[in-house]
Order: sequence, then C-alpha cells, then structure tokens
Amino acid sequence: MLHFSLEPAILFNIPGEPWSVATTFDGHPMAQQGKADEALTAAFTSSFVGALVAVILITFLAPLIAKFALQFGPAEFFSVFFLTFASFVGMGKGSPFKVLAAMCLGFALGSVGLDKMTGTLRMTFGYDELLVGFDFLIAVIGLFGIGEILSSMESGLKFSGTTAKIRLNAVLQTWKLLLKFWVTSIRSCIVGCWMGITPGGATPASFMSYGLAKRFSKRGDNFGKGEIEGVVAPETAAHAAGTSALLPMLTLGIPGSPTAAVLLGGLMIWGLQPGPMLFIEQKDFVWGLIASMYLGNIAGLIVVLTCVPLFAAILRVPFSIIAPIILVICAVGAYTVHNSMFDVWMMLGFGVLGYVFQKLGYPLPPLVLAIVLGDKAEESFRQAMLGSQGSLTIFWSNWLVGSIMTLGMILLFWPLMTWLLDKRKAARLGPVPAAAGAAVVDRER
Amino acid sequence: MQARMKQKGLSWTQFAPGSLCAVAVAAAAVIAPAAPATAQAWEPTKPVQFIIPAGTGGGADQMARFIQGVVAKNNLMKQPLITLNKGGGAGAEGFLEIKKSAGDPHHIIITLSNLFTTPYATGVPFSWKDMTPVAMLALDQFILWVPSDTPYKVAKEYIDAVKAADDKSFKMGGTGSKQEDQIITVALEKLTAPKKFTYVPYGGGGTVATQLVGKHVNSTVNNPIEAVSQWKAGALKPLCVFDAKRSVYTQKVTADMAWSDIPTCKESGVDTEYQMLRGIFMAPGVKPEHVAFYVDLFKKVMATDDWKTFMEQGAFNQTFMSGDQFNTWVAAADKLHYDLMKEAGFLAAGK
Repeated sequence: MLHFSLEPAILFNIPGEPWSVATTFDGHPMAQQGKADEALTAAFTSSFVGALVAVILITFLAPLIAKFALQFGPAEFFSVFFLTFASFVGMGKGSPFKVLAAMCLGFALGSVGLDKMTGTLRMTFGYDELLVGFDFLIAVIGLFGIGEILSSMESGLKFSGTTAKIRLNAVLQTWKLLLKFWVTSIRSCIVGCWMGITPGGATPASFMSYGLAKRFSKRGDNFGKGEIEGVVAPETAAHAAGTSALLPMLTLGIPGSPTAAVLLGGLMIWGLQPGPMLFIEQKDFVWGLIASMYLGNIAGLIVVLTCVPLFAAILRVPFSIIAPIILVICAVGAYTVHNSMFDVWMMLGFGVLGYVFQKLGYPLPPLVLAIVLGDKAEESFRQAMLGSQGSLTIFWSNWLVGSIMTLGMILLFWPLMTWLLDKRKAARLGPVPAAAGAAVVDRER
Repeated sequence: MQARMKQKGLSWTQFAPGSLCAVAVAAAAVIAPAAPATAQAWEPTKPVQFIIPAGTGGGADQMARFIQGVVAKNNLMKQPLITLNKGGGAGAEGFLEIKKSAGDPHHIIITLSNLFTTPYATGVPFSWKDMTPVAMLALDQFILWVPSDTPYKVAKEYIDAVKAADDKSFKMGGTGSKQEDQIITVALEKLTAPKKFTYVPYGGGGTVATQLVGKHVNSTVNNPIEAVSQWKAGALKPLCVFDAKRSVYTQKVTADMAWSDIPTCKESGVDTEYQMLRGIFMAPGVKPEHVAFYVDLFKKVMATDDWKTFMEQGAFNQTFMSGDQFNTWVAAADKLHYDLMKEAGFLAAGK
C-alpha cells in the first residue's frame, strides 16, 4: 500500500512521502550503523500492524466513526495541527531557536501562492511559476536527497553504512525485538487511527506519534541516534492513519489523498456514490473492499519482507555508482510533480539550502513539516476566526476542541516546564531566564 | 455490480449525427449513423493530457475521471486519455499550461467557473480567449442546502431568518474565495440586505457539504452531485435550485422527492440564477480538424448509458453546444462574471 516510500527514507535519508520524514529520524541512523535490515523490518512490520488495526477498526466501527468525523469544524482542525506543531517543539536535538527558525522559514515558504481565504496571490512577485507555491515533494527531494548527496560527497564520497551485512534471518530476529515495544505500538495505533479519521492525515500522525514515543520512552534521549522504537512509532501511526483515512472517503465522500481520489473516480464509473448511503445501498461492494484491504496488507507485508536483505544490500553499492542514479531519479521525481523544468531548478536550490542547513546545524524536519501543514493550519485558523468573528474562545468552545488545544498547550510547555524544574533542582539561581522558552511559545502561537 | 438508475433524461437525438471514424467503438452505445468518412482526417498520435484545473475530488475532477473511464471502457480513442490535476492558483496552473502549449492538439482541459473568475480575481494573465473552445458538456446546477432538522421549508423563510438575525451571524460555506459560491452568496445578500452572511471558504465541494452536515456552517450552495449522498441519508435538505426552471429528472432520489420536486429559487421568492459551465477547451492555434475530433469524441461519450446515469445522479442541466454557438455563449458568460465580480468588488487591481 504505502510501503515503498520507506526504503529511500531509511537507506538514503530521502523520504518519498511526507509521512516518511519522521521515519528517517531513527531509521537512517540505524542504516548508518549497519542495521538497515532491522530498520526496514521494523518499519514494514509496524506499518502492517498500523494498517491492520485501522482495517479492523473500519470493519467494526465505521458508522460510529463517520459520525465522529462530522464534529470536525475549522477550530477542531486547527487544534489538531496545533497539537502536531506543539508535539514537535523540544523534540529536536539542537537549539529550540534553530527549530523555530527552520519552522518559520517553512511557514513563509508555505504561504507562497494563492491565498485560499481571499483568492489573491501572495509573494509570487509576478512569476507565474510561483502560483502553485512550493510543493512539498520538490522541497523534500532537494533538502534531503540533494542535500544528503552534497554532504556525502564532502565526507569522502561514501555513504556510511556500507558495512551492512546481508543477514537472511534479520526479519525473525527483529520481530523478537519488536515484541518489547507493544506499548508504543498500541499508543501509535491509537494516535494514527484517530488522526486518520479526524481527518488530520498521516503526516501529523507520524510526527505526533514519534514525539509521544520519545517523551514516554525510557530511552527517549537516544531517539534520533538509531533507536528502533523511533522507527516503530511513526510507521505504525502513519499507516494506521493512511488506512483509516479511507473511512471519510467511503462514508462522507471526501477523498483524503490523491490515491483516495482515484479510488473515488473508480467508484463513480460504477455508479457508486460515496457517502453515508454507501454502507446501506452497496453492502457487497463495501465489504468486498474492506476484505481486499485485509488481503492487500498481508500480501504487501510478505512481498516487502522477503526483499529486506535485498533492499539492505543496496547500501553495498559504491557511492560513485549509486549517487548519480539517485540524482537522476531525484530530478525525474521533481519534474513529474508538475511536469515543469522550473521544479528541477528549484529542487537544486533546495538541495543547496539543505546542505547549508546541515552545515550550520539547523534541523530540516521542522521546515518540511511547516511547508506541508503550515498553509492548512493557517486556513483552518482563519476559517475558525471568520466563524467566531474574531474571538479566540472558539478554541475552547466544546469538549473536543478544548481538550485537543489544552493537550497541545501542555505539550508545548512541557520542555519549558521540565527545563525550569531541572534548573531549579540543579542550582537555585535567582531569576529564571525564561525569555527563551517564552519566545518560542509566542511565535508558535 | 449494482442496479443502475433508470434513465429518463433528454432525448439525445438532438445532438446531430456525428461522423464516425473507423475506430472500433463498443457496439452498444453509439448513436449516429455513419456519416461521410472524410471529416475524421485527424486523430491523436500520442496520449492526450486531460487537464483538470482543480484539486482531486471536486465536481470537475469527478467528471473528468468519469469521462476518462468511459473513453477507456468503450475504446473511444486509440490513444489513452490521461487526467492530470493542475489546480494550483485557483486553476491558473492548468489554464496557463494550456495557454503555453499553443498549437498542440494533445492537451485538453475541462473547465469550471474559475475559467472566468480566476483571471479577474487574481490578475493572472489568461482568459478564455487564450484557448480554443471545443464543446459544452453540461451546465452544473447550484442548490441552496440547509441541514434537514432546521425549520425552514422554503428559501424565503431562510432568507427572512437571515434578515431577522444579527448581521453576519449566519455562516455560508463555499468552495474557494471570490469564486462561484461566493458570487452566489453576494447575490443572495441583495435579498437579505442590510444583513450579510459570513462567507467561510473551504478547499472543496465535498468538504463544504460535510461541514454543513456537521453544522459548522448554516447553509451552502453545493452542486447537486456534491450533496446528493447526504440528501439521500436525510442529513441535508434542498431549499431551491438557482435555475430558471426546475430539473427534468423525475426519478425519486429520496423516499418522497425527486430532483424535479426542488422549486426554483425564483418561485420560492428568491430571484437569483446561476449555473456553471462544464465544458472542454483546447490550446490556442489548433486546427479545425483537431477540434472536430474532440467534438465528435465527446458526442460519443455523451451517447453512452454511463454518461446518462451520471447526468441524472448529478442533476446536470444537459445542454450541448459547440462551434460558434458555444463561442457566443462563453463570451456572454465571461461578461456576466465580469459584471457580477465588479459589483461584488472582487476584481483584482487593474482589471
């Protein structure tokens, strides 16, 4: 289903889809340590578990869940995005200011193009190419793909991780390891299904799940250095979300993704009208589709798992051979987004930016997250403000939006609070230099 | 797979016999008798890109993907038809692509009202005159919807309620900003004056309908196909259709109502009309035989039973036009949008 964006994410640090970005945090370090097969097995298995749980959920709770999704208005959507951004703060290893700077740059890039609220163009400066804004895919291909190749070239023309051994029993060994993380799996499934249905989508789900896992894990400090739990959490959540996102499509007729839209078109040609009546009028079709989701997931898992040693072996190919291939594939990928050469140049531009970011120690994920979700968050915020005629109380106007916002606030202040407590414990210094944290919080909001 | 709705639409014989090329056409569907074979000199020599100047899931997207399916299913073209969403900049992305590929007969585009509204609202340099009109496939209706458990029985009652309430306390949900939904909203505000709606723009028609079901807005002007499922499920009810006359579809959609039972807005005391073009355009500078091929292709698509079912499901106003008649219609529609948008203050600087 969604599996094949994973290999480049883990092997080369080039996420193929927005929801694979969080997987690179620990997946790629694992590959660098020669544990690519473990990382791939963990990722594939987790995505299977997530998708399976979501399908089971759809099977038993579809009508109930459809009702829940209807409660989501603009304020609720914004609160979900807010929660995603909040759970991200303090997650990075580096300085929170750098996270913030990267995120703000992402917001700025995300706002280029048509402003859907007023129907006017923003920051296109008369260039028609900028009408469509900065596409996530082009940014990610450039920032991660080209950026990674540039820094690999600098560090002596090789990917670290070439020592990857081909172990045929890696799958079984990893499975033994994975059993230990059942709590993380369950938590990630809940986050994923919830985000898929609401429908916040797979990308916020993966980031949020990673953030939570890091916070609650005993080995949370090791996250980002190749912790297998850091692969399990985002993968499970992303695929639980991706699968359960089909539910709004079937029950409400809203395709949550381009893939779902193609499926929607397929339904139309058979005279099937997605929406609340589909489950009543077209029982055969709906249950057939759900059955195929079970089968598809199992078949997918078997296919990818048998290929794990093969995928992992790609890292043994010398850099001088694989790098040009990656470069060509990146360029082709960027071109196909809008069939435009301009995007290829833009990709190279982002590549340089990615390299500079890496050199200066600025994190890329906040930038990417802000490009993907920034304009959606802005849109929901302004829709909510229109509806409430400018009153912020709408974000605490019912139990649903209120609890999500409060949870977001807690997550946002969590690093600040723990930092303050530590500070107080360590040495009772006079005035607490809280300005730093407060600034972060202000800008976030 | 399912029982198809029975077709009771317009007579299709009015669409004069198109000439048939030798292409094997799946037997059942085709109308016209073989006319002189000379007209079909040209046909696509490579895959045709079918551009959708809108995102996935909306009305234009559904129709384009449906057409793609019909063409493939009935083997109406030797070369494949490939749909491509280019909805960036309120559709400007797609229209500029067509404008750029001057003389290339392998690009076609399906239009919605953003053909007129986007250049006026954003100032992006294109207009329908930068393209070659091919054919009008249908006109899409707009219906005033409210949640089914609200007390309003006719449109007039709803308008009166807006008038009686505090200014801007009623929320109208719609697709995009300064586009058709908001134009209709502004037209309605003439009747609710001095009270206004709060217009809340959303990404797509499906989302708008769902937001209404969840009561995050008070009313919408969704196209029939975007809201029909919620109507059937008893979550939404139609108040009136923004057309001069009622729909011709008499087949029951819900237990007690057919499309034809929805009153026009005029007869329920709200004098507003608006319909949206679902038409096909090509790049500028293409030859007449290129246009002729596509006119013929779409005639064949429209002759299929699948198309008729689709039209009825979405309560489309089935009007086919091509050639000069279509050009004249488009020019008039362009003028209408200009006037409406000027009145509403939606024009970009310098327009």
